[in-house]
Amino acid sequence: MAAKRSVIPFGPQHPVLPEPIHIDLVTEDEKVVEAIPSIGFVHRGLEQLVTKKDFGEMVYVAERICGICSFGHGYGYVKTIEHIMGIEPTDRARYIRTMLFELSRMHSHILWLGLMADAFGFESLFMETWKIREKILDMLEAATGGRVIFSIMRIGGLRKDVPDDVMKGFLPELDKVVEGIKACEAAFLSDPAVLGRLKGVGYISKEDAIALGCEGPFLRASGVEHDNRMRGYAAYGDMDFKIITSDEGDSYGRCYVRIHEIYESASIVRQCIEKMPQEGIYVPIKGFPNGEHMTVIEQPRGGACYYVHASGKKFIERMRVRTPTFANIPALAKTLQGCDVADVPILVVTIDPCISCTER
Amino acid sequence: MLDGLEIVELTGLLNNIKAVKTDGFSLMQICATKIDESYEILYTFGKGYDIRNLKTVVREGEHVPSITDMFEAAYLYENEIHDLFGIAVDGINHDYKGTLYRTAEETPFR
Repeated sequence: MAAKRSVIPFGPQHPVLPEPIHIDLVTEDEKVVEAIPSIGFVHRGLEQLVTKKDFGEMVYVAERICGICSFGHGYGYVKTIEHIMGIEPTDRARYIRTMLFELSRMHSHILWLGLMADAFGFESLFMETWKIREKILDMLEAATGGRVIFSIMRIGGLRKDVPDDVMKGFLPELDKVVEGIKACEAAFLSDPAVLGRLKGVGYISKEDAIALGCEGPFLRASGVEHDNRMRGYAAYGDMDFKIITSDEGDSYGRCYVRIHEIYESASIVRQCIEKMPQEGIYVPIKGFPNGEHMTVIEQPRGGACYYVHASGKKFIERMRVRTPTFANIPALAKTLQGCDVADVPILVVTIDPCISCTER
Repeated sequence: MLDGLEIVELTGLLNNIKAVKTDGFSLMQICATKIDESYEILYTFGKGYDIRNLKTVVREGEHVPSITDMFEAAYLYENEIHDLFGIAVDGINHDYKGTLYRTAEETPFR
């Protein structure tokens, strides 16, 4: 006799979810046979503000799409406008932007490690990772004055310079961060209790990951070597780094990719500081943007698209942000099929969902 | 200017998108922009680091065919343009029927 199907609502409020997303889990006994995602509980319509805010002020709104990927959102919007207006930022601005972007990626990944540890009940590991993350936030504060929203980005460059001695002071702190994460790595990637929750859970094949439009570590953990930083924007074209991938395709693979990306990001920050050019940080802009362009960048959670359609006026007609979590939802629904109900919370966390970005 | 932009008629949209899929591209995003009394719909596809964009114009009251038969993940984008702009999309594999976004104002970007 076929098992009776039931629908279990997951979210929008759940202990592993800092933000609301809802998934209807269609189950047979303890197995999920279908997952139907639902979003839109806190949609803010920030994109529409572009028709009412000066295109220069809109940088602040873009930064406020999300508190974790704040720098990337500001950068994505600014880069798109700069492309339309034909502005080439100075080398120093490009390098500082890259440095701040990678510090943001590090703090995002470490935040995720803490949330993951919390989700599988390893509280001391959660506290240890977030203690390490504080060092990154201290660096961001020293560089920009902000720990969450930085407001250093502007069209044409940066609002303020970061003194060389401040940046050189980051080097020993980066060593401590890397040392701290290496100490935690053994717990995340070798501890038998943790492996039991991650290995083989939420598998998605390389083919499905591509077909369903997966992004970021979720994609790379299925063996796809794709990282938008390789497009060479900002100063990434001058940096030596590698794309981290895993062939596991499961929750363990996603954890592996994020941990190793932290080391690569630390290396990029070091390279930026060591090669930092000396000229100015701002190129004055004239007029208003006229045209359309789409920029694709690599946010901590994956590729993000920033589309701007402008017609030579102070107000822009359309800004569209396609965030990585939005793109990852169909693949999340796929990975949930066939998993145990008890694994759903961990699996949802492994894609590092950012609902604030999704509900821009 | 958008990378690899091609403007297509609404009637030929599905055939053009089929050709893009045959070339091995996957869907990156779909978005709508209101221009006067019509809407531009932009389909972006990626293959490695290559990008192709297809744009079509939809007039008030016209329906857009769903591409979820070719790109399963398109359902979120198609529901989004329906809920925010009020553009009717026919044949979505997961049609939320206006409930993807629970906005206080119906079709706020219209």
